[in-house]
Amino acid sequence: MPYTPHTKDDVQKMCAQIGIKDETELFDSIPNELRAKSFDLEEGLSEFEVFENFKSLASQNDTSKVSFLGGGYYDHIIPTAVDALSTRSEFYTAYTPYQAEASQGTLQALYEYQTMICNLTGMEATNASMYDGGTAIAEAALMAVRIGKKRKKIIVDSGVNPIYIKILKTYLAYHELVVITLEVKNDGSDRETLLGLIDDSIAGYIFQNPNFFGSIEDYSEIIKALHDVKALAIMSSYPIALGILKSAGEVDADIYCGDGQSLGNYLGFGGPSFGILACKEKYIRNLPGRIVGITDDREGKRAYVLTLQAREQHIRRDKATSNICSNQNLMALRATIFLALLGKEGFEKLALQNYNKSEYLKAELSKIDAIKIYNQNPTFNEFVISLPISASEFIDKMEEKGFFAGLRLETLFENFENRVLVSTTEKRTKAQIDSFAACVKEIV
Amino acid sequence: MSSTLFEKSHAGRNGINIPKQGLADAPSLDNSLLRSTKAELPELSEFDVVRHFTKLSNKNFSIDSNFYPLGSCTMKYNPKVQERVGGLDGLVNLHPHHITNNKTSLVQGALKSLKILENNLTEITGMKAFTLTPQAGAHGEMTGIMMIGAYHKKKGNNKRYVIVPDSSHGTNPATAAMVDYDVITVKSNKDGSMDLESFKEAMSEEVAAVMMTVPNTLGLFNPAIKEICDIAHAHDALMYYDGANMNAIMGVIRPGDIGFDVIHLNLHKTFATPHGGGGPGAGPVGVGEKLLEFLPDLTVDSNEDGYFFGKPSEHTIGKISPFFGNYMVLVRALVYMQTLGREGMINASRKAVLNANYILSKLKDHFDAPFKQYCMHECVLSAETLTKEHGVRAMDIAKYLLDFGLHAPTVYFPLIVKESIMIEPTETENIDTIDYFCQKMIDAVELAKTNSEAFKTLPLTLPISRPDETKAARSLNIRWQA
Amino acid sequence: MSKRYSNEHEWAILDGGIASIGLSAYAVEQLGDITFVELPEIGAEANKDDSIAFIESVKAASDIYTPVGGEVVESNEKLEDTPELLNEAAETTWIFKLKVSDSSEFETLMDEAAYKAYLDTL
Repeated sequence: MPYTPHTKDDVQKMCAQIGIKDETELFDSIPNELRAKSFDLEEGLSEFEVFENFKSLASQNDTSKVSFLGGGYYDHIIPTAVDALSTRSEFYTAYTPYQAEASQGTLQALYEYQTMICNLTGMEATNASMYDGGTAIAEAALMAVRIGKKRKKIIVDSGVNPIYIKILKTYLAYHELVVITLEVKNDGSDRETLLGLIDDSIAGYIFQNPNFFGSIEDYSEIIKALHDVKALAIMSSYPIALGILKSAGEVDADIYCGDGQSLGNYLGFGGPSFGILACKEKYIRNLPGRIVGITDDREGKRAYVLTLQAREQHIRRDKATSNICSNQNLMALRATIFLALLGKEGFEKLALQNYNKSEYLKAELSKIDAIKIYNQNPTFNEFVISLPISASEFIDKMEEKGFFAGLRLETLFENFENRVLVSTTEKRTKAQIDSFAACVKEIV
Repeated sequence: MSSTLFEKSHAGRNGINIPKQGLADAPSLDNSLLRSTKAELPELSEFDVVRHFTKLSNKNFSIDSNFYPLGSCTMKYNPKVQERVGGLDGLVNLHPHHITNNKTSLVQGALKSLKILENNLTEITGMKAFTLTPQAGAHGEMTGIMMIGAYHKKKGNNKRYVIVPDSSHGTNPATAAMVDYDVITVKSNKDGSMDLESFKEAMSEEVAAVMMTVPNTLGLFNPAIKEICDIAHAHDALMYYDGANMNAIMGVIRPGDIGFDVIHLNLHKTFATPHGGGGPGAGPVGVGEKLLEFLPDLTVDSNEDGYFFGKPSEHTIGKISPFFGNYMVLVRALVYMQTLGREGMINASRKAVLNANYILSKLKDHFDAPFKQYCMHECVLSAETLTKEHGVRAMDIAKYLLDFGLHAPTVYFPLIVKESIMIEPTETENIDTIDYFCQKMIDAVELAKTNSEAFKTLPLTLPISRPDETKAARSLNIRWQA
Repeated sequence: MSKRYSNEHEWAILDGGIASIGLSAYAVEQLGDITFVELPEIGAEANKDDSIAFIESVKAASDIYTPVGGEVVESNEKLEDTPELLNEAAETTWIFKLKVSDSSEFETLMDEAAYKAYLDTL
C-alpha cells in the first residue's frame, strides 16, 4: 500500500497494545446507516504510470507559442537558483512557523521578504503574503472600511484588473457596503467624475497604476483629494513596474496591493501565486495575515517570530481581522530569492528592459496603418491595439503563425471589440518582436 | 549567525545576468512618473544567495526530516512524484488568460485534469459538485458560508446566526464574521461531542448554518450527527462540514451521505500536497443540490467533443480567486489520489486511526486523557495535572520534544481542554518513530516529576530558544532598516 | 472613594461627576503581557456596557466595555508607549475617564468584596 509502512506484524502488535483484534474495530462506533453509500474510485497506480498519465495531460496543453500575453500574468525569467533553493524539502515540506525554534529558516526568509516588499513599495508595513493580487485588493478594501469606522463606500477604478474587481465585489457583498465602479475614460481614470465622488462617506479609492491597459498616470491630485476628506488611497500595481515607476510610498498612497506571480513564480495556469498587501505604519494593526518580527531569545540571540498574532483567527476567532489562516509561503520565498538574485541594480535593469522592449514593439506596430495604439497615456510593458478585424480572428491567425498574441479585451470590458492587450517581457528578443510585428502586418 | 541578506550585501556586487536587451533604449518616461531612487534590494552574487538560503533551510524542521504529530494538520509524507509532475512544462508554463480568451483548444489537458479531480472529490465525499477555486481551507470556508448566505437571501430567509461547537477551529467563527453572521457557540458534553440538548436550544429559525467537523477537533465521532443534520434542516439551516479531519474517514463516511450541504477539503492535509512553510494549500468546496446554483463562476464541463468552461449560473456568488485558484496544488493532489486509488485511500484512513489509537493507549496512563474511548485519527491528552502538581505546562512538553528532533504536537487547541496536547501521527509514520515519540513523551513526564525547573531553558540544541514574544510585539520590528 | 467592579473585570472610581476606568489585576493576568492599548477618543460618547477601547497582549485581544455610560474626557496617553504599565499596576492605572451621564449606574456595580467573591466562582 503506497506510503504506509505497516507490516502484518506491526499491525498485530499495535492492535494488541490497543486491545483489539482488528484495526476495523476502531470504526465500530460508526453505525451502518451512516457509512459511505459508495466509494467507486479507480485502482491505485505506480508512480511511473501516474507520471505517464500527467505527461499525456500536459501534452494536451499548448505552451509552444511565443507569448505576448500579459494582463497581470507575465512570462518573466525564473532564475534556476529560485527552483533549486525553494524545492529544498526543508523549505517546501516545512509547516507553518508557529514553533519559532523549529522554523528560523522560514521566519527569517519571511522577514527578508517583508523588508524587500516595503522597500519596493515604499510602504512601512506588510504581511507575509496573501493568496493573490485580487483577494489582496478585497482585503485592502475591508481594511479601509475598518479604519474608516463609519464609512461604508468604496470606489474602485475600472482600470483595475477586471478579474480582481469581480473578486472584490464578491467579498464585499456580505457587508453593508457600497462599491462604486468608476468607468474608464479612454485608457485611464475619469478624474472629473472621480473628484466629484470623493467626499467623507468614502472609505477608500482603489486604482491600478499602470492600469490593466498598461497606462501610467499621475495620481497625486487624486490622492490629495482623498486625504483632504480622510479617505484612503489604495494603489494596486504589477510589482516589476516598481523597478522604475514611483512607488506607492512616494505618491503617499495608504495601502499597496499587488500580485507576486511576476516575481519568480511560474504561470501555472493561474496559480499558486501570492498577494502583496502593504501599508503605512499606522495601519499595521489592521493588516490581516501573518506578520514576522524580530526579537531576542532567552540568551539574547536574535530570533524571528510570528508577531501581532492577536489579530488572527486562532486567537480572535470571530473578531479577527480576517479568517485567513495561511500565507502563500513558498511563493513568497521564491520571490525573496528572485529579488535577492536580481539585486538593486538588476531589478531596475529588468524593469527598464521590459519598458524598452514594449516601447519598441509599440513603435513597430505604430508603423502598421491598419493598427491603432489605443493608449493615450504612456505605458509600461503592455498596451492596447485596435484592429480592423475581430480580436478572435486576430488571435487565431497569430496562433497559426506561432504566437499567443494577446488578450481579447471584449471578454472583460464593454465596448472594447476589436481590441487586444499585448505585452512584452525581457524574454522576448528583438527577432521575436520583429517577427510578431511582421505577422501582424500580414494579417490585418 | 542569523544575519539578513541586507547585512550581507556589498555595494557593487552583481547578481544574475538578465538577457541582453538587443535594441535601443526608448525615450525615458517623464520624471514625474519615475521613482527617485532605486528600490533598496541587497547586492549579492548568485553564490551568496545560494549559501544564504541553503543555510537558512538547515534551520528548519520539515516533514522530510522530522516527525510532526500536529493534531488537525495531517502532516503526512509529501510524495516526490508530485514535484516531478509539478515540473512538467505543459502544466507549469500554461497561461491562465487562455481562459479569458476562451481558447479551450489550448488547455484541454488542464481542463481534463480539473474534471477528473472534481469527479474524484465528489465520489470521495458524496457531494454533487465542487468548486476547485478556493486557495486554502479558510478560503473554502468563506466560499461555503457565502453560498449559504446567497441561498438564504434568494429564499428571503431572515437568518443571522451560525452555530459552531466550542471545540471548533478559530477559522470557523472568523469566517462567519467575514460574511456578517453572528456566532452562537454550543458547548461540548463530557464525551467531547457537541451537546445535543444545548444544540436544540440554540437552534432557531434565525440560524443560517451549523459548522461542524467529523470527526470533531478532538478526534472523536459524534453519534448524534445525523440527528443534528435533521434538526438543522427542519429549520432550513444548512450543514457545513469542515473537512480538516477527512483523513480519518476516507471510504468510511461520506459527508454528503449524512446530510451535509456544503463541505471544504484541505488538499494540503488529506491529499498530501506540501505545506510549503505555511502555503500554498487548496481548499476545494463541494456542494449538494441546494447550493449548486451558487457555485463560483468558473467550472469545467465536458461533452463528446472535449472540455469547456461551464456556463456560470445566474445566481453564482461570483469569484473568490483568479482563474482556478492554486492549479498546481490541485495537480499535486490528483497525483496523490491516482497513486493511492480506492484501496490506498481506505487503507490510509485505517492506518491513520490505528496509529493514533496506538499512541493514545501508550500515553493515557502518563497524561490526563479527557476522552477514554477510542479516538479516530488524532487523540487529545492534557497536561493539566502536570501543571497543577509540577508547574509543567503543555508548552513545556512541546519545547522538550524539539531537542529530540520531534516537532511538538498541537498545544492549546481545542480551547475546551485545558493544557491540551493534540496528537495526529498520520498513516505514513512507522512504528519505530511512533514508539520513539511515545518514549520521549513519557520521559518528559518523568522529568516534570523529578526536575521541573529544567523545562525553562528548553530547547537547548536548536538555533534559538524561547524567543521573547512580548518584546517582538512591544518593540515592533518587521523589516530590516540600516 | 469606593472602587467598583463590573463582571467584565473593569474597575471604576467615581469622583465628582468623573469616573476613572481601568482593568482589574485578574483581567490583566489573564491577558498576559500587554502589548497594545487602543484608547477611546476624547469626546466619544458611550452607553453602559458598550465596547469603548481595545487591548492586545501577546496571546489574546479583548474589547474593553465601559461599566458606566458617559462622555470620554481623558485618555491615559502613557499607555500608548508603555502598555506594560498595566501589567505592573493594573488596579491603580486608569485607562480613560468619563463624565458620567447617570451616576446611579455606578451603584449597580460590585464592590471590592463582591468582586472578590465573584472571582472565586470563576
